[in-house]
Amino acid sequence: MRSDAHEFKTRARDALRDPQLREALGRARDGFVGKRQKSIDRFPDFDALRERGRRIKNHTLAHLDVYLERFERQVVAAGGTVHWALDEDQARQTVVSICRQAGACRVTKAKTMVGEEVGINAAIEAAGMEAIETDLGEYIIQLAKEPPSHIIAPAVHKTRQQISDLFRDHHHGGDAARALREVPELVDEARAVLRQKFLSADVGITGANFLVAETGSIVLVTNEGNADLTHTLPRVHIAIAGIEKLVPDLDDATDLLRLLGRSATGQDLSAYTTLVTGPRRSDDPDGPEQFHVVLLDNGRSRMLGNRFRDMLRCIRCGACMNHCPVYAAVGGHAYGWVYPGPMGSVLTPLFVGLERTRDLPNACTLNGRCLSVCPVKIPLPDLLRELRGEQNAQRLTPATTRYGLRLWGMFARRPRLYHGVARALVGLLGLLGRRRGRFRRLPLAGAWTSVRDLPAPQGQTFQSAWRAYQRRNER
Amino acid sequence: MNEQIRHGAGTTVALFVTCLVDLFRPSVGFAAVHLLERAGFRVEVPEAQTCCGQPAYNSGDSITAAGLAAQVIRTFSEYDYVVAPSGSCAATIIAHYPDLLRHDPALQAAARDLADRTWELMRFLAEVADLEARDTTFEGSVAYHDSCSGLRELGIREQPRKLLSGVHGLRLHEMEDRDVCCGFGGTFCVKYPEISERMVDDKLDAIRDTGASTLLSGDLGCLLNMAGRMHRRGMQVRAYHVAEVLAGMSDEPAIGEGRKR
Ligand code: SF4
Repeated sequence: MRSDAHEFKTRARDALRDPQLREALGRARDGFVGKRQKSIDRFPDFDALRERGRRIKNHTLAHLDVYLERFERQVVAAGGTVHWALDEDQARQTVVSICRQAGACRVTKAKTMVGEEVGINAAIEAAGMEAIETDLGEYIIQLAKEPPSHIIAPAVHKTRQQISDLFRDHHHGGDAARALREVPELVDEARAVLRQKFLSADVGITGANFLVAETGSIVLVTNEGNADLTHTLPRVHIAIAGIEKLVPDLDDATDLLRLLGRSATGQDLSAYTTLVTGPRRSDDPDGPEQFHVVLLDNGRSRMLGNRFRDMLRCIRCGACMNHCPVYAAVGGHAYGWVYPGPMGSVLTPLFVGLERTRDLPNACTLNGRCLSVCPVKIPLPDLLRELRGEQNAQRLTPATTRYGLRLWGMFARRPRLYHGVARALVGLLGLLGRRRGRFRRLPLAGAWTSVRDLPAPQGQTFQSAWRAYQRRNER
Repeated sequence: MNEQIRHGAGTTVALFVTCLVDLFRPSVGFAAVHLLERAGFRVEVPEAQTCCGQPAYNSGDSITAAGLAAQVIRTFSEYDYVVAPSGSCAATIIAHYPDLLRHDPALQAAARDLADRTWELMRFLAEVADLEARDTTFEGSVAYHDSCSGLRELGIREQPRKLLSGVHGLRLHEMEDRDVCCGFGGTFCVKYPEISERMVDDKLDAIRDTGASTLLSGDLGCLLNMAGRMHRRGMQVRAYHVAEVLAGMSDEPAIGEGRKR
């Protein structure tokens, strides 16, 4: 998918001025945060489980080659096929050629972030086939022709009214008399529309929440059951996943599932958890004739070897964005690519390049709330700081900031000079601000005073006041 | 534990003033000195200190940050305790110096040593000095803001509340979403003022909803941000560093208030 991450500032500004977005984000945040908290309060030792999750992923990543090969062997043994995609292009080509060979006209899709990453829908449509999203949220944004704004709730930025308007326009030709208001009505209508599509699809594409090396299975988690209809009804099932989705065995997958449901939506387990192993066997009542797994690298193996390996532990639960106050302020579209919020601010620069993503690592207060909820303990603030370091080393940081910091550093390493200048400056500002106690405007402090007053210094530095106080006491 | 050490008994504590307190609000430094002396410690303020280097560190300039870290390590090498009236500066020393200096084993060892001796003021008062603020009075209702670094990097949450519970007349009101950032974030608040504005406004709404007339926190950075925005919005809540109230120094004009009214 094309990245618009370089437009972060303008997009963020627009988002901040959008009252409907504010309403939608506020409601979503309160829901996610509260539900997660309740579910982990019920769990005996959630932190121990997080630690286990971290270990499982670290172990797998350290031996990824072993588990990838094992996974492939098991998929093949179960009658499926594994395809390796080095980058977005290869992934698109692979998927399109499987669809072509199947003679497909209509392709249904369950939500897949990797699918978004490689821009699968556009490729399928360019090849003359129809791609239909079956996850309700994805379906909504497909109608709206927008990218997802959240990794587990793609249409979280839409209010009910906006969804009602979309359905009215797309399902009823804009007939106001047939507009629906209540959520259950909207869901029923989407269901009815999608049912027809499910039954007539030739290929079904899903993502995979986990890939189990032991059995060659993929694990699919949804709350709508749409992934199950997507992979059982059509003749061909394609699962597309990043190579970091691997886990050694079913026990590990179970631990991670327990982390995922609670962290994502506050559920002990999502409503539908499905293990898919190979295509339909002779004694299966249903299932596809072909089962393909497309494993995507797209920069991931490079991360294995650098300081950003921790990021590959991510199980895409969305907790970091649900708890991020910056995300809550600007929403997912401001980040300009597939992955928003803290995890996106780390991933997007690594996938898209530092050059065109300069704001992402910086638009963060490093408050650490994301780390405190991440089910696999990814040190997101540290990784963002690392990226700032990379930017600095590659001189992508504005020169004024770089030289400013260095100058200030040199100054702060000369305490006598520093204290002298500080004393003079603080004395002056203290005098100017003495009556009001604050400044509404001040040269060189425009960015600060654009939104808040600057409290005036009290007039003496502590260092000089302290020396004076000691001299008085000595006398 | 040895009763004498527990109650200070002349042990020397070095105060790491922090650059914001040094520049903007020396009364916080005096409050810290006062509280430490009340607990029986002798306080020294090494003159060679300036800044912990956090702005450079968080901006990705680890060379500048490491230079300043080395200076801090040298300056405070001789003290049993180093105490800072800021969760964020203390966390830089405790949680980040060792990693920042990982390329120089000797310096890294010294950084670890300093980290072991460094304390955020509230935690030091509550856990090392066993201070109780029973002879202090503050008539009014207060809301307490946890600074993110103090809360999540150092685990400071109950200590200031415990200390405040001893103050006569003080009523503490907890706010909604108390673990959410106020939008300061060092250079963040000037790089992304509009986002910071939304964040601080959400925080101020939560403060307003408590009905408290005073806002306290253990970090001057957060306080300058919130007090500055409160004044801009015309909110009638006064802001102090928690040390000022504990030390009975709340007769000073609040943050952002003038001398002559
Ligand atoms: S970084 Fe952690 S919290 Fe964020 S989506 Fe990934 S696993 Fe979830």
